Amino acid sequence: MPDDEPPLAALTAALEIAGVSHRYGKRLALDDVSLSVRPASFCVLLGLNGAGKSTLFSLITRLYAAQSGKIKIFGWDVSRDSGEALRRLGVVFQARTLDLDLSIAQNFAYHAALHGVGAREGRARAEALLAQIGMADRAGDKVRSLSGGQMRRVEIARALLHRPSMLLLDEPTVGLDVKARADILHHVRGLVAQEGVGVLWATHLIDEVAGSDDVVVLHLGRLLDKGNVGEVVARAGADDIAAAFAKLTEAGAPGEAGR
Amino acid sequence: MINPAVSACATKKGFGLAEYAICLNGVVWREALRFLHQRERFVSALVRPLVWLFIFAAGFRSVLGVSIIPPYDTYVLYEVYITPGLMAMIQLFNGMQSSLSMVYDREMGNMRTLLVSPLPRWFLLTSRLVAGASVSLLQVYAFLLVAYAWEIEPPSLWGYLTVLPALVLSGLMFGALGMLLSSLIKQLENFAGVMNFVIFPMFFASSALYPLWRVKEGSPWLAFFCELNPFTHAVELIRFAFYQQLNLGALAVTMGATIVFLGAAITAYDPSRGMLMRREGA
Repeated sequence: MPDDEPPLAALTAALEIAGVSHRYGKRLALDDVSLSVRPASFCVLLGLNGAGKSTLFSLITRLYAAQSGKIKIFGWDVSRDSGEALRRLGVVFQARTLDLDLSIAQNFAYHAALHGVGAREGRARAEALLAQIGMADRAGDKVRSLSGGQMRRVEIARALLHRPSMLLLDEPTVGLDVKARADILHHVRGLVAQEGVGVLWATHLIDEVAGSDDVVVLHLGRLLDKGNVGEVVARAGADDIAAAFAKLTEAGAPGEAGR
Repeated sequence: MINPAVSACATKKGFGLAEYAICLNGVVWREALRFLHQRERFVSALVRPLVWLFIFAAGFRSVLGVSIIPPYDTYVLYEVYITPGLMAMIQLFNGMQSSLSMVYDREMGNMRTLLVSPLPRWFLLTSRLVAGASVSLLQVYAFLLVAYAWEIEPPSLWGYLTVLPALVLSGLMFGALGMLLSSLIKQLENFAGVMNFVIFPMFFASSALYPLWRVKEGSPWLAFFCELNPFTHAVELIRFAFYQQLNLGALAVTMGATIVFLGAAITAYDPSRGMLMRREGA
């Protein structure tokens, strides 16, 4: 039902991925991956380099179309109702996507326009978001003049400009120092708690996982386990999530979720 | 019980005309802003045709005579003859510059900002195309201003107005060609090939520098190739429009080529059918 609204009763997931596979030529990058992210929850997509995290993000954001399986955002099918799905989604890609030669305000204005947000509303929203990250006085500065951590915070703020209910972040803390990493993580967790945004946070840094998070372990394109941290640790027979992750990825075998 | 915020997400919002207009406006504004920031790009876009006009054309004035052919009703100086070709050349280079910029944006990740917009991808690409064509108009009129000082002008000032729709169409055609090429080019380093295999053959095998009857005298085969070249038709469309005339054949070919190039570019950028999906990290 491409033009119909998704049934409310079925709306338990902000993001739902079912049986998604993807190949680059002969190489299988994702193999039958299924997961879901609850509204207003923080879910960590944990995987080493080459696990398929970025490919999965490209499929969720419809940079590529999934070759098999379904992806839904608040019930809207990304292939059939991509407009409805994408307008509820904010994305921070692993590679920087800010225009370095434009100012922060100009980058925000461009993003607002791409989401059909009018100039006045976009400006007001940008001011509020920049104030939240303590950069209200930097709006006119060229992005090129910002530090890595500041750029990331600006990117996260920009991703929220059109008021998405689901936020994807692909390795957002890579290359940042310890303080900047902690600040960004704290800021995004605050968005979940205060604004009810659902978050899928892809990382290979195990110390970014908190005890109350949901976690999805992806390895070489296969989903090894998923659930809250306690469940995953218990199923792996490990003492903590770091040990569970090491055990799962060393074995490389499908765990609970893969069955 | 369903959370009200979640139930709001289930309500279809759709996109109104205003949202499409805001998006188009934003994409054109961003392209113009980038163009204004890159002053050297503007200078080189202006200097290139002026070198052809003031050095090449002046040197060849006595060698290459141009007889009375439509739309001219009298003998014209060689500089006058090549001016429409130089306007098209500006737009061709701008289209390729746009293509280069798309490949760069793709490599740097900026392209994703555009492609994850919820508006339809065909509309986003068309907006980008309109933005590129708008920038090329600024360049062409700046060139015409300098040419005017050199006493190269249309028979009536209305020519500056009547040439505008022709320039819009040719700008879209070259932009669409550039967009299609950008989907085929894997890396920025491969872009030099575009110079050798697209820009030079298109420009030289056309009626930009010499009338087709002259080419035919030298090589009927080359003349045949020139007639197949969409650049020739864009030049003739501009030439006639500058003289307040309509060349229907040139209009049809330029319009047809624009539709084909744009259709192919949209297909190439389609997430399910295009070439981009076969490349990791595109």
